[in-house]
Amino acid sequence: MKKNIFRTIGTLGLTAVTALGLLSGCGSKSADTASAKAADTKDGSADAVYRTLDEIKESGTINIGVFSDKSPFGYVDENGEYQGYDVYFANKIGEDLGVDINYVSTEAASRIEYLQTGKVDIILANFTVTPERAEEVDFALPYMNVALGVVSHDDKVIKDLSEIGADEQVIVISGTTAETYLTKNYPDIKLQKFDTYAAAKSAFENGTGVAWANDNTEVIAFAAENEGYTVGIDSLGSADTIAPAVSKGNETLLKWINDEIVTIGKDNFFHKDYEETLVDTYGTEFEETLVVESGEVK
Amino acid sequence: MQALGIDVLFKGTNMERIIEGLWVSVRISLIAVVISIVLGLAVGALMTRENIVIKAVTRAYLEVVRFMPQMVLLFIVFFGSTRVFGWNIEAEIASIIVFSFWGTAEMADLVRGALISIPKHQYESAEALGMSDAQTYFYIIIPQAVRRLIPLSINLITRMIKTTSLVMMIGVVEVLKVGQQIIEANRKSSPNAAFGIYAVVFLMYFVACWPISMFSKYLERKWN
Repeated sequence: MKKNIFRTIGTLGLTAVTALGLLSGCGSKSADTASAKAADTKDGSADAVYRTLDEIKESGTINIGVFSDKSPFGYVDENGEYQGYDVYFANKIGEDLGVDINYVSTEAASRIEYLQTGKVDIILANFTVTPERAEEVDFALPYMNVALGVVSHDDKVIKDLSEIGADEQVIVISGTTAETYLTKNYPDIKLQKFDTYAAAKSAFENGTGVAWANDNTEVIAFAAENEGYTVGIDSLGSADTIAPAVSKGNETLLKWINDEIVTIGKDNFFHKDYEETLVDTYGTEFEETLVVESGEVK
Repeated sequence: MQALGIDVLFKGTNMERIIEGLWVSVRISLIAVVISIVLGLAVGALMTRENIVIKAVTRAYLEVVRFMPQMVLLFIVFFGSTRVFGWNIEAEIASIIVFSFWGTAEMADLVRGALISIPKHQYESAEALGMSDAQTYFYIIIPQAVRRLIPLSINLITRMIKTTSLVMMIGVVEVLKVGQQIIEANRKSSPNAAFGIYAVVFLMYFVACWPISMFSKYLERKWN
């Protein structure tokens, strides 16, 4: 009996704690949005989470969130130094701001959190611009393109999706943009779906499909690393861009980055960046497809 | 060696970095383990009390830790504390807080289990000898409970060491993250490095956990 009573009390207590937690969670969330709105109207209130341009300059250090294991965009070389296409740009930002850079190793899932809590000033972790994300953070001008690409066997290069026969299959990885895009826009094309990159790769190499659709950076890298394949279509579907992001409302820093992108674009900075960091993986032929200079998407 | 890609470990400062990463994992888990043992003993003793309020509170605490994934706890402490209170907790400190919070709860439950497994006549005999409550615990109950605790807590401690791989989510670069960085940085030059590097990471976790396991065996043998 005694034990039962305790169990009941325990369960009740637990329920109460959970309910409290949920309530306070909801409460603080609405408070957050309220304060965010207040900050918006006041424009640069003192208790903002982010640091303004002047505050960063004064502190002498800027915190930049990058990937540390996504070669060739953001990775750490054998000497422990951050390298890659994103990092090359980050270094330039530090140099032109005249501050030291503190690199923060971020994961795809935590990029928005870092900006919303002001734990980093800029995210330069191959961040694709989407409308949903733009509600949470502020994107600067883009510096790279991403789209879909289609790679096929050398002996039968597919340059247009209409070349795919009725009984031929295209390989995609489940859950990728390529799958969504083809299902929606080309319902007649038969898709062969795989769960992992490795499974799709070996199936394609064994001749399962006539072509493989994926992010263009992925298929270009695949064709460059493996003999006998050609990227017949290097830009397909809705072209997305990759841009630096700052905390929502950090206008001084955002404006500085935008000006910086335009200014260094005059010297073709991102082409130089591509030639330093990406050319080994993608070759020179895709430079114009991938690079965005001065924030101008063609 | 070439085929397994272990050679990439000897490039530049890679070896140094991965050992440093191991030290980060071990440092976080060991500090958390020490805190968990101390607090766990206290909370565990509290849990055996018949007081309804204490029971409800400790029970709720244990259940929260049980159903909350450690990853969620890490995000709450690292990002949530900044959002709600404006505190800026360092990532490593946040990890130690989360691991101690988790370890204390599980440790306390183990302590509770060990304490209630001590036969009632041990308490009664101590009382008959005129010992106070504190004396009974200190001289009679705890020494016996600790022996029962050793194998159970070793499981918890090694689990805590292995779970430190989650702290990469809040930006702490520990041994597994360094391993992934090395694999990715050499994806082109040695595509098979993943196998070799993960094998080395496995060995490093083993090196970290093995002495603890040996130590517990030694204690068990000594006390038997």
